[in-house]
Amino acid sequence: MSVLYFSLLLVMAVLAFALARGRASSGARAAAFHSRPNYHGLLAASLVAIPMLVVFVIGAILTKMIAESQALTALDPALLTDPLRRGAALREIVEVANGRFRGNPSITLQAAGDTWAYVQRVARFSIYGLGLAAGIGGLMFALRSITPDLKARNRFEWLVTVLLMICAGIAVLTTIGIVFSVVFETVRFFQKVPPMDFLTGTQWSPQTAIRADQGGSSGAFGVVPLLTGTLLISGIAMLVAGPIGLFAAIYMAEYATPRFRSTAKPVLEILAGIPTVVLGFFAALTVAPLIRGAGEYFGLSVASESALAAGLVMGMMIIPFVSSLSDDVITAVPQSLRDGSLALGGTKSETIRRVILPAALPGIVSAFMLAISRAVGETMIVVMAAGLAANLTFNPLDAVTTFTVQIKTILVGDQEFDTAKTLAAFALGFVLFFFTLTLNVIALAIIRKYREQYD
Amino acid sequence: MQNLALETVAPVVESVPVPKITAKDVNVHYGEKHAIKDVSVDIPAKGVMSFIGPSGCGKSTFLRCINRMNDTIPICRVTGDLRIDGRDIYEPGLDPVLLRARVGMVFQKPNPFPKSIYENVAYGPRLHGLASNKVEMDELVEWALRRAGLFEEVKDRLKDSGTSLSGGQQQRLCIARAISVRPEVILMDEPCSALDPIATAKIEELIDELRANFTIVIVTHSMQQAARVSQRTAFFHLGKVIEEGVTDQIFMNPRHELTRNYITGRFG
Ligand SMILES: Nc1ncnc2c1ncn2[C@@H]1O[C@H](COP(=O)(O)OP(=O)(O)OP(=O)(O)O)[C@@H](O)[C@H]1O
Ligand SMILES: [Mg+2]
Repeated sequence: MSVLYFSLLLVMAVLAFALARGRASSGARAAAFHSRPNYHGLLAASLVAIPMLVVFVIGAILTKMIAESQALTALDPALLTDPLRRGAALREIVEVANGRFRGNPSITLQAAGDTWAYVQRVARFSIYGLGLAAGIGGLMFALRSITPDLKARNRFEWLVTVLLMICAGIAVLTTIGIVFSVVFETVRFFQKVPPMDFLTGTQWSPQTAIRADQGGSSGAFGVVPLLTGTLLISGIAMLVAGPIGLFAAIYMAEYATPRFRSTAKPVLEILAGIPTVVLGFFAALTVAPLIRGAGEYFGLSVASESALAAGLVMGMMIIPFVSSLSDDVITAVPQSLRDGSLALGGTKSETIRRVILPAALPGIVSAFMLAISRAVGETMIVVMAAGLAANLTFNPLDAVTTFTVQIKTILVGDQEFDTAKTLAAFALGFVLFFFTLTLNVIALAIIRKYREQYD
Repeated sequence: MQNLALETVAPVVESVPVPKITAKDVNVHYGEKHAIKDVSVDIPAKGVMSFIGPSGCGKSTFLRCINRMNDTIPICRVTGDLRIDGRDIYEPGLDPVLLRARVGMVFQKPNPFPKSIYENVAYGPRLHGLASNKVEMDELVEWALRRAGLFEEVKDRLKDSGTSLSGGQQQRLCIARAISVRPEVILMDEPCSALDPIATAKIEELIDELRANFTIVIVTHSMQQAARVSQRTAFFHLGKVIEEGVTDQIFMNPRHELTRNYITGRFG
């Protein structure tokens, strides 16, 4: 039904546009109009589309509310108090109403289904009727208000501003909503586990007893091993990707011939498109055994899953982020600065080191920050190559684990959502969020300081 | 204009005292485009020579040949004989980096580095190790800024960014930067095109002072400026030097009709 409604809406809007534009551009007085005909058309189209849209949205919400309450009155009121059974009953009603119920519905259920279908039918007609009326009303109003003095451009632009504001608002609200839901669950977690234990504990084993009579693991929620694991792997990754990515970018931007650049750059960007699960494969099956073999050759004991393997492969993953973005900012440094340095007798490398890199620094810093955020948030490679063991260690040859891996491990499978174990995932998510937020703030501060100095 | 011959007028031989730079049959191609055609000019030492001519005639291109800045343009090809103090600057063994330390350049658009005023001027001396300590560097920076007529205006804000200066101040900063390495030759490509009359007058004054120690080549679109600051002038047209000689002579008594038309403002 909605497809038909929106086709109608579109037709009406186009019609309004054409009519209004025609009216505003006809006659000898066309030149006297404040706004150009297109704006009159756009304003009229909005005056038709917006009321129709509002009718549809409000109608849909009301329909659902009325249909549910009407249909459920036919059923046992005891059902309504339990949300789970209420939901199940509603599903059955809808099935009956649509004739998709398997088996024979009881009389009450059949009655409820009929009520549901009836409400839907009435609602559909009302929405079409009201919508059409609103559209035609809007059209009439729009056409009647077209005069040379009508500031159609300003009004339409105001409407556009409002639309943009709504979109920005949605983006901000979603972010706030996500943060709040995480914070909320985190607070619940801290009611079960003291924050100090969580933040300073050095033991991480989130297995708690499911039943009271189960013995054994009581659960330890110390986040420190995860923090060190995350830092270790991200650190190794940045040690790989930072220099390689930056130097590759410098080569591409300053030394490579245009032909080499035009082939190498896309190839490098393909690397960014490799699914991380494939890279994880590569890490676990190729790199980890290689490191193990090498370690054994030198008489070192290497875990079969090691931070080094995960870090190296993760470094490979983020090289394109560093190199591609850095390449862009280096290329964006004006040629006149290069010329200025060369004309003073600077060599190419002196020019790069003393003029181009400082000028490109803000962009390079943000490239690095983006890469670090990617590394900290990456899960798949770590799961496959670094293991799940929460060891508190800085030895890159040991198995370690990270925030994201633990969140994933905790939440995989069927879970009760109110045990300390599952709630711990939210607390981890919160810490992770705080971590990346801090990184971003630091990056912004660096960039701003630099800009103030040199812009 | 089409019926005017493009033949060049033979230079008046006696008038170049000691040539610092000699160009003979220089040709420049940008890919297929022939931008400079058989240009031969002598540029005297310790003096100012101006290049004039209509837009697109190759003045900048030729100027950039003198410090080999055209090397940075991949499609650009320079042939012919260009010498400074008798030494071929395009000979294979010559390092263009060393050449550019001797032949400074001021660009049409001011291009200060995004560094402090002090660091802008200290950049060249640092590259070439011209100051052995902080005191010497301070002196050198002050000297260059004074010569460029900028020191009094910026002496309290040497730490501020060079890009925070006004356009005219930026151009003088670039001049200070160019003279800080004490080059023998300074090439200036329309250094006053973005400046107001007062800043222009300051820079002209500066050029007049500098010519005692430096060889200066200036590209300009202003006839008055060429007449005021230069002792010799070359008139470029469609990639050729049509006429070249003592400035007063070129302006008072041009020998070629194209030159006369150009300086009397009949075209270009
Ligand atoms: N980088 C380049 N690539 C290709 N062609 C170029 C390049 N630079 C200059 N040219 C061409 O060479 C010719 C001479 O240009 P040039 O910049 O030397 O002129 P100009 O005399 O300095 O002009 P103006 O007075 O406008 O600065 C022009 O036709 C121009 O199109
Ligand atoms: Mg030019």
